[in-house]
Amino acid sequence: MTQEKKPTWKDAIQLGVIGGVLVLFVSLVGMVQAFDGRYIISETLTLGQLLLFLPPLIVGYISATRTDAQHRVSGILFGSVSGLVTGAILAALLLLGSAINLRAMFINASPELMDILMFGQETLAVATAVLVIGGALLSVLGAVIRLSPPLIRSAILSGVSAVIIMGIMQELLKITFGGRDWYMPIDDFLYEQKGLSWMGVVVTFLLGVAISLWRARSASRPKKTVVKTRSRERQRYVQIGSFVLGAILLLILPQFLGPYPSEILNTVGIYVIMGIGLNIVVGYAGLLDLGYVAFFAIGAYVVGVLTTTGSLATVMWSWWLALPFAVLVSLLAGVILGIPVLKMRGDYLAIVTLGFGEIIRVVALSNWLKPYIGGAQGILQVPKPQIGDFVFKDPEQIFYLVAIGIGIVAFVAFRLRDARVGRAWKALREDEDVAEAMGINLVNTKLLAFATGAAFAGLSGAIFATKLGSIFPHSFNLIVSINVLSLIIVGGIGSIPGVLVGAFMLVGLPELLREFADYRMLMYGALLVVMMLVKPEGFIPEKTHKAELTDRGDVDFDSEIEPIAPAITEI
Amino acid sequence: MLRNLLKKYDTTDLVMYLIGAVLAALVIYGSYQTLSSGKYSGEVWLDFIIFGLAQGSIYALIALGYTLVYGILFMINFAHGEVFMSGTFTAYFLAIYLDSTGFWNQHPIISILLALVVAVAVSTTIAVVLERIAYRPLRGAPRLVPLITAIGASFFLQYTFRGLYGSGVKTYPDVDALKGSWNIFGIEILKTQAVVIVASVILMVALRFYVQKTKAGRAMRAVAEDKEAAALMGIDVDRVIVNTFALGGASAAAAGIMYALIFKQVNAFMGFIPGIKAFTAAVLGGIGNLPGAMLGGLFLGVVESLGPSLVLDGLGIPAPYQLKDAIAFLMLVLVLIFRPSGIMGENLSEKKA
Amino acid sequence: MSIMLEAINVTKQFGGLTAVGDLSISVPEKSIYAVIGPNGAGKTTFFNCVTGFYKVTEGDILLDGDSLIGLRPDHINHRGISRTYQNIRLFQNLTALENVLVGRHPRMHAGWFGAVLNTPATRREERDAMNKGLDLLNFVGLHGVSDELAKNLPYGAQRRLEIARALASEPKLLLLDEPTAGMNPSETEEMTQFIEKLRDELGITILLIEHDMRVVMQISETITVLDYGKKIAEGTPAEIRSNPRVIEAYLGRGAATQHETAVAEVPTQGE
Repeated sequence: MTQEKKPTWKDAIQLGVIGGVLVLFVSLVGMVQAFDGRYIISETLTLGQLLLFLPPLIVGYISATRTDAQHRVSGILFGSVSGLVTGAILAALLLLGSAINLRAMFINASPELMDILMFGQETLAVATAVLVIGGALLSVLGAVIRLSPPLIRSAILSGVSAVIIMGIMQELLKITFGGRDWYMPIDDFLYEQKGLSWMGVVVTFLLGVAISLWRARSASRPKKTVVKTRSRERQRYVQIGSFVLGAILLLILPQFLGPYPSEILNTVGIYVIMGIGLNIVVGYAGLLDLGYVAFFAIGAYVVGVLTTTGSLATVMWSWWLALPFAVLVSLLAGVILGIPVLKMRGDYLAIVTLGFGEIIRVVALSNWLKPYIGGAQGILQVPKPQIGDFVFKDPEQIFYLVAIGIGIVAFVAFRLRDARVGRAWKALREDEDVAEAMGINLVNTKLLAFATGAAFAGLSGAIFATKLGSIFPHSFNLIVSINVLSLIIVGGIGSIPGVLVGAFMLVGLPELLREFADYRMLMYGALLVVMMLVKPEGFIPEKTHKAELTDRGDVDFDSEIEPIAPAITEI
Repeated sequence: MLRNLLKKYDTTDLVMYLIGAVLAALVIYGSYQTLSSGKYSGEVWLDFIIFGLAQGSIYALIALGYTLVYGILFMINFAHGEVFMSGTFTAYFLAIYLDSTGFWNQHPIISILLALVVAVAVSTTIAVVLERIAYRPLRGAPRLVPLITAIGASFFLQYTFRGLYGSGVKTYPDVDALKGSWNIFGIEILKTQAVVIVASVILMVALRFYVQKTKAGRAMRAVAEDKEAAALMGIDVDRVIVNTFALGGASAAAAGIMYALIFKQVNAFMGFIPGIKAFTAAVLGGIGNLPGAMLGGLFLGVVESLGPSLVLDGLGIPAPYQLKDAIAFLMLVLVLIFRPSGIMGENLSEKKA
Repeated sequence: MSIMLEAINVTKQFGGLTAVGDLSISVPEKSIYAVIGPNGAGKTTFFNCVTGFYKVTEGDILLDGDSLIGLRPDHINHRGISRTYQNIRLFQNLTALENVLVGRHPRMHAGWFGAVLNTPATRREERDAMNKGLDLLNFVGLHGVSDELAKNLPYGAQRRLEIARALASEPKLLLLDEPTAGMNPSETEEMTQFIEKLRDELGITILLIEHDMRVVMQISETITVLDYGKKIAEGTPAEIRSNPRVIEAYLGRGAATQHETAVAEVPTQGE
């Protein structure tokens, strides 16, 4: 990397084209238009416009990344070329869209979109000029930000991000805290009818800057080494203290948040329970299971059949009585479905488990079992659990159920992880043949993993059934399995806190951003891809994996010695 | 004697075989019941089989993409179903344009070929771009990572195309020349189905030839065998991988056009289920194995088409057609119990080191 | 001295290929027994038969007089056989200590409930295993690396760790598959002494595959030579050194009929 970094025309144009593809994408996919009414800054900047402005900005920024301090001017120059190209491509869309009807193919290339792209200009010629020049200017801005000193750069970026985030959060905050007395003045101060007020912009920007500066300062300060000197006993007190504090916080959290956020938390929590369960199967034991939703469904259906008071009523047990059966049946299902796949490896396992998941769903949906589990109409009137007079009725109360569920499951997973069983799982994951040669019974170990994972999913399903109050087969799509798998990998495979983070990212965030409904899955997909490209090890990697990732490069003995020890494999 | 036999198989094997035997017995019993009841005539069965073959050849063509990529990168390209969708969905616009000018029915062969060209162009581009952006940077990563990227890409593509072309279901124009049926050796075969079967057989043979006999195909097999050795032999591994994705994309696009001929309807989510079925077919045949994928696809198609009426009807299950997916997956489980590496996969159980 | 491991007419075929043919050996208790032979002679295949990874086509294998035929690899481990691999196969993403603890698995009993409830018995067992594991790491000369990931250890340390993992199950018989492969002369010397120490201090019987003739000649009491899956010679190091068939197998036909000098060459073959 000692090579002198000098941008070339080719690079600049290439970047510009990438930026152009981005703007075309957000325009034609309909995002610009859909978010046109969604103001970030009141009467000034809409989210739709922001989406158009970001690509040239980013292109300019990246363009400048490729230059070093000596070529500052040329960096900005090349950045502006990139932005020019991006703007020109957008302008081309405008011209083309005005000349012919693109709508026959691209449904969003509508007059409204063209109207937005005109940016209030009267004639096409002026609008084209505005787009091209605007693109260039924006990327110059991006380049300038990139080339400014690091401290200022990160302060600006942090401030801008804060403004954008707060702008997007307006609706969400209103739904959550709208009814609270303490929130109204804050709302009045920060927001206009639509979007941030100018006061709000300034305040949030400064807040972002402050956070950035504070982080920079605390990063530069040498770390104190008090932690290590703390005695074990004190550590224990701290542990207990934080546990109690956490419990109290959890207790009052739903009351503080209100029904809508509690509902979201519950959904997240149900996925967390499943995530912890699947983490045992995939993360610890390395068995790729794509049909995990089957056990979730079984748990839910068992509770449904045993408790419902509707038309399919059978024994009408209480939820509490049905719960152990749900867990047990799921566990047994885990063992039974585990047996045929014992000898299968890797992707064969993946597709067969996926098949199991689909079989369960298809069967649940069919007319065959309709008299018992309701077919497509599902099971209605699943009662809420009750302790004495306390009914777990609303999301705020169900929350406690979810929290206890997570607590139990996390505790079990945590204990198993570092025990003999957990080590056997991990050995299995690393090398099945060697694990067996080391005296590990593969059959028992695998089935134990399947059974534990399935039982957790069953618990999750049982809670889900009562949370919803009814059960429909379409809740048990393949997407659920995929979601759970994705969240444990995004969180950091094998790590229990990672499951929490992953669930919040992949389940909570999309739920929160419901107003972007149409583009939720689009962003979800993009997030998965970007996440894996940027942080393939996940947000909170498992303890041991972290070591390997931070120690990168310090040991590489193998490659040195390998030539002397060729891996001659005899038959 | 029995003791010796028992020693050769441990209890797990026995339990597995037992489960397999029970499933097989159910299948046989159900078939027997249906056949002896005479509910369906021989012609109906033939129709089922031919439809199954047509549908199976579509699965087979998609499965080729899975198997090609898997053979080289050992990754499940979960977004392959979307590659299939993208081409077909885009070619729809050409088809309705041609239909509106009347060209579609005046020159059906040229029209379908044109649509095929468009579909192949789009699908191939998507497949190659996907490889470049989403998979190539992750080549050394643990295997789950590219799987998740692929899943993400799958969602992304579905919703992108929904955004671009709208969420409604679009219907391909009818091809007048392919209406009705031909009588071949006394068997009535729908023209569309006949065309699809013949065309896909030709394509599969061509593909097989390409992989076995051409220089590019040989390079592909060399890379599948051993990437590093291939690189040392002067093969540009990156290029071969791009080629592989392109080839997979092209065959998926061809499958897409055939799908459009038979089922007519296209939308942004049409790729998901056939994608999963095709992947199942690839595994069924022994993933990484080209003839296996073809065989697996045909087998799956026929099973899906025959299974519900043949097996489930006989078992007295109502509305059996709802369970065709379950039958397909059950067959998969059954096959893999007895042949854990698929129909054509090499048997790894003895030589697993 | 009693016989620890006895193979009787063991044959292993893959399709039409006979990898091990009609092999019979007897390994006395507390001895160091070497199996040598050119590449592809079937040595590792034989190991895989003993550990139950392959099912033998014909013949019998007895440990302490009991047949191992038909047992799964994990059962065979429980019976007291443990092994290492030619191309080191550690659990890469587990720490050194965890690797050893996995090796200890068959000597532990805690199950699912024991682990979840963290019963006193489990805790005691874990603590004992932990201590034992650390002792073992020290015994093989790996100090202070217990929390290092296996894959981050240097090559020599990985070999030692693999032995520690094999020892953790307290085996009666230890199978070492080319323990000095890829080592330089001084490391090899160290390993040689270490293998002797294993036998002398722990009283374990050792069956080893080795290419380095100096090591084999130095430490083994009995040597069996395989070629194309068949036993072509058996005896003490001195006997093997002068056996014409062995020389032929190693140096090709013609070499054996040549001069005595060739005989002297054999020991340095592995270098």
